[in-house]
Amino acid sequence: MKAVVTVIGKDKPGIIASVSGLLAEHSVNIEDISQTIMSGNFTMLMYADLKNSDLSLAALADLLNDLGKRIGVSIHVQHEDIFNAMHKI
Amino acid sequence: MLSNKEIFETIDMVEKEHLDVRTITMGISLIPCIRESAKDTAQACYDRICSYAENIVKVGDALEKEYGIPIVNKRVSITPASLLTANFSGQETVLAKKLDDAAKNVGVDFLGGYSALVQKGMTAYERSFIESIPEALAITDRVCSSVNVGSSKSGINLDAVALMGEIVKRTAKRTEATDGFGCAKLVVFCNAVEDNPFMAGAFHGVGEAEKVINVGVSGPGVVHYALKNNPDADISQIAEIIKKTAFKITRAGQLIASEASRRLNAEFGIVDLSLAPTPVMGDSVAHILEEIGLERVGTHGTTACLALLNDAVKKGGVMASSKVGGLSGAFIPVSEDYGMIEGARCGELTLNKLEAMTAVCSVGIDMVAIPGDTSAETISAIIADEAAIGMINNKTTAVRVIPVPNKGVGDFVEFGGLLGRAPIMAVQKASAAKFIRRGGKIPAPIHSNKN
Repeated sequence: MKAVVTVIGKDKPGIIASVSGLLAEHSVNIEDISQTIMSGNFTMLMYADLKNSDLSLAALADLLNDLGKRIGVSIHVQHEDIFNAMHKI
Repeated sequence: MLSNKEIFETIDMVEKEHLDVRTITMGISLIPCIRESAKDTAQACYDRICSYAENIVKVGDALEKEYGIPIVNKRVSITPASLLTANFSGQETVLAKKLDDAAKNVGVDFLGGYSALVQKGMTAYERSFIESIPEALAITDRVCSSVNVGSSKSGINLDAVALMGEIVKRTAKRTEATDGFGCAKLVVFCNAVEDNPFMAGAFHGVGEAEKVINVGVSGPGVVHYALKNNPDADISQIAEIIKKTAFKITRAGQLIASEASRRLNAEFGIVDLSLAPTPVMGDSVAHILEEIGLERVGTHGTTACLALLNDAVKKGGVMASSKVGGLSGAFIPVSEDYGMIEGARCGELTLNKLEAMTAVCSVGIDMVAIPGDTSAETISAIIADEAAIGMINNKTTAVRVIPVPNKGVGDFVEFGGLLGRAPIMAVQKASAAKFIRRGGKIPAPIHSNKN
């Protein structure tokens, strides 16, 4: 299953390391990653594949949410279908 | 591949603009649960609801987490209960209590369908059922009731209209301790639809399948935000922006609806393309109208702006969903909409203007608090006016008014949560009692003769 991970928050060292570290720990493969500063905010976007992961999407969402709270950014992970549904015909 | 802009647009819709799926409602046929006695029927209904809807909350919560779209309510609608209680008139509330228990057991916030359809005539068991509504709403927390009193095909049952004025008054009296809260769970319809997922008017029509998932989408904040970003658009561009936004919102609803029905092993019923407000700031239909260019909702021009909004929402939504139904349009419940509350509080939005607005949108005079001393006949007359608008225009209209006991114009009533708060609005002074007491039926309009 493909998911989209988004991270939004104040820029600081180590954000990508913590998020990708957590994903690696649970065998979530990162297929694409982009990062930019948008209106002063750090924004990162990852396409992730959960095919070999030991976690369900819901469980991963909880872990990433906790991580976000710890490092002071907002992290979402969503099934890619929601974006396809809303933006592609 | 998706662009970053598209992905962050969706995130913003949820985070900043209150995009949500307002409700996943499971419609359940309870016809097979009819037994000889009240006790046995109630138990059979309870068992079926608890078994069919056992996982609705769990599935709703899982979908919310996986897709990142809040699913605010999970609900159940049932076969109009008046059809289930025909064998035991006078003991209908036994069923009501058990329905409430079932709703609590499966964890849904409301269960709709304590309902009767009497648009063309009323049987003795239906009259008895309707008489039980005030008590049923007083002794239950989550049961919602509706009565259909008219249709474009059959006209308006004025006897039922007269009775419902009384029932609304009795419900207010019976729930006096909570400011007539029972009336917030009671809707009087003309042209009621059988697949409406929204409360308090949801019921599961007899033409429906055994177990159906209907989904109501929302998102007035998203539309408001999109218009805000285009301050200089002309009115045709405004319509286009609303259409595009409604399309995206509805596609999210369509995805959730099809996934929810799959996981719950139910038929996918419909997506209701509605803009349903909540009392929080930034989730208001009134504010969309004000963004279009009204200083305050309720002023001249409100009806025109609302007509445009309602139509554009339907046009955008209809292509986004494989099955559209329910009420599908903009809702204008006064107590549940921050901007409507303000409009009513400062006197710009009156009951008469609301009535005009209901001619161009779904659904009707909704969540309007009126003085506690309003007569039953006046409430019936408000219902009759709304039913007439629905009947002539081939649309659903409804009345959900709360004659708040011991309160008058200038007072406020608080219902809390999604039901919000409302100023008591003035009703007309002159009596319509003679008209209401005439009884009989208002004949169906000429254009109902289409065969």
